[in-house]
Amino acid sequence: MCGIIGVIDRTRARMDGSSIKKALSLMNERGSGEGAGYVAYGIYPDYPDCYAIHVFFDNLVEPKSKVDEVLQKWGRIVHQEEIPTYEQPCLKREHIPWRYFYKPYTEFIVGSNNPAEDIIKHLVMTVNSTIPGSLIFSSGINLGVFKASGWPEDVANFYRIEDYKGYIWLAHNRYPTNTSGWWGGAHPFNLLDWAVVHNGEITSYGTNRSYVESNGYKCTMSTDTEVVAYLFDLLGRRHGLPSEMIVEALAPSFWDEIDILPEKEQKLKRTLRLTYGPALMNGPFAIVVATSNGIVGFTDRIKLRPLVVGENDSRLYISSEEAAIRVMDPDVKTIYMPRAGEPVVGRFSQ
Amino acid sequence: MSLGSVPLKYKISIDRDQCMKCMRCVDNCSYGVYRIEDDRILIDSRRCTACHRCISMCPRDAISLQEKPVDYRSHPLWTAQAREDIINQARTGKIILAGMGNAMDYPIIFDRLVLDACQVTNPSIDPLREPMELRTYLGKKPAKLEFTKSDKGDIELKTELAPNLKLDTPIMIGHMSYGAISLNAQLSLAKAVAKTGTFMGTGEGGMHESLYPYQNNMIVQVASGRFGVDINYLERGAAIEIKIGQGAKPGIGGHLPGEKVCSDVSCTRMIPLGSDAISPAPHHDIYSIEDLAQLVRSLKEATEWKKPIFVKIAAVHNVAAIAAGIARSSADAVVIDGFRGGTGAAPKVFRDNVGIPIEAAIAAVDQKLNDQGIRNEVSVIASGGIRSSADLAKSIALGADAVYIGTASLIALGCRVCGNCYRGLCPWGIATQQPDLVNRIDTDVGSQHVANLIHSWTLELSELMGAAGINSIESLRGNREKLRGYMLDESMLKVLNVDPVGA
Repeated sequence: MCGIIGVIDRTRARMDGSSIKKALSLMNERGSGEGAGYVAYGIYPDYPDCYAIHVFFDNLVEPKSKVDEVLQKWGRIVHQEEIPTYEQPCLKREHIPWRYFYKPYTEFIVGSNNPAEDIIKHLVMTVNSTIPGSLIFSSGINLGVFKASGWPEDVANFYRIEDYKGYIWLAHNRYPTNTSGWWGGAHPFNLLDWAVVHNGEITSYGTNRSYVESNGYKCTMSTDTEVVAYLFDLLGRRHGLPSEMIVEALAPSFWDEIDILPEKEQKLKRTLRLTYGPALMNGPFAIVVATSNGIVGFTDRIKLRPLVVGENDSRLYISSEEAAIRVMDPDVKTIYMPRAGEPVVGRFSQ
Repeated sequence: MSLGSVPLKYKISIDRDQCMKCMRCVDNCSYGVYRIEDDRILIDSRRCTACHRCISMCPRDAISLQEKPVDYRSHPLWTAQAREDIINQARTGKIILAGMGNAMDYPIIFDRLVLDACQVTNPSIDPLREPMELRTYLGKKPAKLEFTKSDKGDIELKTELAPNLKLDTPIMIGHMSYGAISLNAQLSLAKAVAKTGTFMGTGEGGMHESLYPYQNNMIVQVASGRFGVDINYLERGAAIEIKIGQGAKPGIGGHLPGEKVCSDVSCTRMIPLGSDAISPAPHHDIYSIEDLAQLVRSLKEATEWKKPIFVKIAAVHNVAAIAAGIARSSADAVVIDGFRGGTGAAPKVFRDNVGIPIEAAIAAVDQKLNDQGIRNEVSVIASGGIRSSADLAKSIALGADAVYIGTASLIALGCRVCGNCYRGLCPWGIATQQPDLVNRIDTDVGSQHVANLIHSWTLELSELMGAAGINSIESLRGNREKLRGYMLDESMLKVLNVDPVGA
């Protein structure tokens, strides 16, 4: 199960988190009260050029001093603070959420086209795989993930997400099977500018994992969703593929469909499929991915999970359920169901 | 002093009440077990190889065969085989020859691996109702796509794909040369692969004219003897395979006895009639990895970079590093042949003792290529002891792109794995050049049996994938999550990179 919803305002008008909280709570039947989370883009305009690094600390002694140390080695901490939280009766506090606003020293590495991002990626992988009691769960500029184990409204109230204003929001209501009750296992997953919410189970996980690991990523969250973020980062950021082509690589057309295309298109899709075979995602899933440039939603190739799209002028909604969209926007103008594997892309108008 | 005879391997008996003296056993046995004297069928069990030809042809089920009719004193170390080999060598002073694959009782890793299936959290996919894609492309793949922007601002694909072989199913038939097997056996296999949309290897024996109609489904082989190799041959193949080694006999060459070199074989191999065809142990133009890379490039140049080039090696201890070296050349695919791989003839000591199992070899190669970030750029073909669609699925989950089958395809033609291929008397018409025996294979019937086998494994693979929630072969490849080890020790699990059952 699991319920997902995402929204983008194509004019970059910022929305607070109150309506997505309502929408996500409406889908409580899809969750089990063991995990929920939100990500919003555009929430830290005061730090427009800093990476906002959100960390779960088990305590503020050993883990934090080690994270401070490694961050200071690689860059400058512009500001840091505990993420404000508010006790909820039904939510057990497992970690201390902390945030750093951070600038890496880009001259420290060579051979990279984007040293700042490669340093951040390195820090995320290093902290998550080597410093016990700490987990970086959000690492992009001007965006933040807020998640915990609990029902959507409790998690939202814990972080008071209505206090944040973003032009893109994704949210996820979790029914865990793999890693129940672990805050790190809740969605959204984020790396750098990529955030992912996912409903489903990726049966190609073993193959996808080997592929991203052979490209320098480390899977540390014991769940299949994180590979989606890494695949998007690899294909989108490092290989420079546009969103539609990433979706075509991850949920490609069937050979029978490719074989009857005009030659040029056929060649493109065949080359794409051969090059990115290990990135193909199999099994039932509906996914919404966001970056600061827009959102894209898609399902597996035979649509074994639901996905509904709603539009109202500048707003584009992608959700597991139509009802959730209608709660967020009672005046929504069009609602439709995308075909299996078909990307739904929301970009800014300028 | 005479060593006397060793006990019989098999004892043949005829139920005389059932026997109607149709003489089919007499006619069919090429080893001379049966003869007629005074209207009675006499039996010389010592000649029997357990090829089952007589049994399968007897209309009354009157023949029975007993293995090891005479016991040795049992001993855990001095097995009957050990004692007989010594007696044999004391007599002859020679290397013992053997056919088929490794006959030692090593544990079979495939049988200690189990596959996964969906329950509740993800639906299994029914291949009867949903598309199931087994199409496999073998050849070099780009590491990433490159694009250019046209003047109008359109994005154009810049990456050009290298030629790949397109397989409808990830099962190919391995290299068994004309000479080692008969032309009718090769023809049956060729018709079968053409029917099923896959490929077979010619082996190191050239390509006989009658195979030309199937050349688009044939992979030609360049081995250390270079028999049958000329530009005509290279250009006929859909792909070219350089054979460095063979799982049944790693580190040594090959030997086709002159008796098997009939006029047709001699023409196809381009060697004198009746001469021994000896393939040296190494290629004498390949003494290092850079020499191999040169040969790959030379073959590419000769065929204008239109054909994928495979390199086949035996699975030996350092197989992963060797495969990584091959992947760095212009080669398109690495073929790994495990120590259970079949052979027409090999020194028994090699067949039974040299090399490593294919399961461990695939896992190690896949891991090494992944560690080096080049796994998807080159294809991996596994061979050596693949007996069923389960072995096929497990091979792919361990990291193979496709498999070669050899023995299994011959069993579909009648072979009963008696292991006497090197004697040239195969009563099934497979490993022989005697015209009367060769004619026992009707290539239309034979090809249908082989095609049936490939088809049934393909169906079973589809079902296994669907049950595991996978509808495309790419997602099974190297997917260790779909495997669990049952009663495998920790070090083996680590090599295979597979969790134990229950984990």
